[in-house]
Amino acid sequence: MTSLRGILPAPVEDLLDVALVGELTVVDASGRPVTYPLIPLYDGRHIFMTSAVLFSRKLRHIKANPKVSVSLTDPVGVPATPFARATIQGDARVVEDDLHSGWEALLPLWRAKEPVIDTFVKKRFGIPLFFERSIIEIAPRRVLYWPGGDTTAPPQVFTLEEAGR
Amino acid sequence: MTTLTPTEAVRRAAGFSHVVVSFVDPDGYPTSVAAEFTTDPTASTITVGPVDASALPRTPSNLCLTVSHIRPQPGVGYDERRYVNLWGDGRIEGDTLTVTVEQASGWDEADVPFFEYAERGVPIAQKYFDDVGSKPRLSRWWKFFLATRLPFLTATVVPIALGGAVAAYDGAFAWGWWILALVAGCAVHLGLNIANDLFDDASGADAANTTPTPFSGGSRVMQYGLVSRRAMVGACTGLYGLAIVIGLGLAAARGWDLLAIGVAGVALSLAYTAPPFRLVHRGLGEPVTALGFGPVMALGAYVCAQAWSWDAVYASLPVAILIALVLYVNQIPDRLGDAASGKRTLIVRWSAQRVERAYAAATILAFALIALGPVLGITPWWTLLALVTAPMARSVHRGIQANYEQPYALMPAMQTNIGLHLFTGLLLVAGYVVATL
Repeated sequence: MTSLRGILPAPVEDLLDVALVGELTVVDASGRPVTYPLIPLYDGRHIFMTSAVLFSRKLRHIKANPKVSVSLTDPVGVPATPFARATIQGDARVVEDDLHSGWEALLPLWRAKEPVIDTFVKKRFGIPLFFERSIIEIAPRRVLYWPGGDTTAPPQVFTLEEAGR
Repeated sequence: MTTLTPTEAVRRAAGFSHVVVSFVDPDGYPTSVAAEFTTDPTASTITVGPVDASALPRTPSNLCLTVSHIRPQPGVGYDERRYVNLWGDGRIEGDTLTVTVEQASGWDEADVPFFEYAERGVPIAQKYFDDVGSKPRLSRWWKFFLATRLPFLTATVVPIALGGAVAAYDGAFAWGWWILALVAGCAVHLGLNIANDLFDDASGADAANTTPTPFSGGSRVMQYGLVSRRAMVGACTGLYGLAIVIGLGLAAARGWDLLAIGVAGVALSLAYTAPPFRLVHRGLGEPVTALGFGPVMALGAYVCAQAWSWDAVYASLPVAILIALVLYVNQIPDRLGDAASGKRTLIVRWSAQRVERAYAAATILAFALIALGPVLGITPWWTLLALVTAPMARSVHRGIQANYEQPYALMPAMQTNIGLHLFTGLLLVAGYVVATL
């Protein structure tokens, strides 16, 4: 299904709608890229990811350098038909004013992809720090898109000057 | 994430379907492209391609290669999670990029189960909370539930129910006194659980344990920053105070024999974990637990009937053994942290084989006591009902044999072991109740 609801090219939105795993790449203090597999959520304007405080090194990197990218590359983690690959570059902001429940605003988007999240949230007392989470809000700037996932061919490039503003 | 040698990381990468190459572009943004790849572990190199040259970095240095695998399980979550990040410089030849790996790290839940992986992140979480000036939150109810380890109250309810049932069988049961004994017993037990956390926190045993389970490793509310040490001390003092007040009242009303039992219970619970005795550190945790959560609790409930009963003591022995075995098995995943902090439990002292054999011998003894009770004319024949739980003991023993080295795989056996104590105790109570009717 092709969506026409947001700022990203429709085929890329289709990938984001089904992606259970995307690769978030940040730049560490030494200028080195570091990649983390995370579930991407998309509201038509921003890409959202969340990070438990237990795994918060990436948040420190983002706060020091907000330039990030999100890649969708894995046919298993991104069960789209037809399959394609994309890398979305953007500027990230860490939302950490309410670690306990701020991220719950994303539950409708999360639930749509992963209904089991509600079961986990009900049992949050069992692993309480895992559910103390910051939000990574990414404003897309540029998209590289490979139809069919074929990276032997040049990507289609989309620049989003006004995205996220 | 675990740090890997370049050779090991490249060897691990060989099993993945594709690699993601990431680099920082001239505008300062990271960018990534996925492609097929081949590996050469001996040279610590990964060759990526074919891939369109326009998607590759102009200067192939400071590259991050990522291989990742996950299997979504609809309605359950995910499994088979593993990924490796490999860093190094490369060279481009036509439509291929060859990277010499210099550093690598990764996580494979087959090696480090998710709960252990999360536990290793606690220091990172603490630093993050400090940096942002925040604290983790949980409702008061759940804090109380976790801090007191409330579900373990079955260890107290069972012997006190048994003491009451024996008293009823002897025609001397009184609901009011029995309920007071139950409240006092529960207060001591919850106070003990908190005291144990306080002393394990002070000794470093809980902090050194990166494989806690719902049944072992303490409540961890202090390690997680959910409850302050001061609040724990206050709760512990309050619970012991409540138990002492009720105990004194019972002793005054029903006889000073109860005072001796109450003093023994409180003293055992404190000596279990508090210096200078720290009996659990000396390998005496099991006998102390057996005594406290067997004869002491059962007699405490019985003596409310204003009499001593050696039959009540005998009836409590199987329950005493089985509750000691709950502690015993639950200490298996804790043994590395316990050893590191000088807490020399039996599990720390003994080999795996000896631990298994001792478990088998102790359960045989518990069920032999149940079987012999009616034969010796001590317990009613109906208490033989409790023998039906014997297969649970066999199941736990098999679980210990199969998963001694795997804390999270051992959890079902730990749960069954708790059920073994609970159901055996309740069936003993039922046996007395049926015999009384």
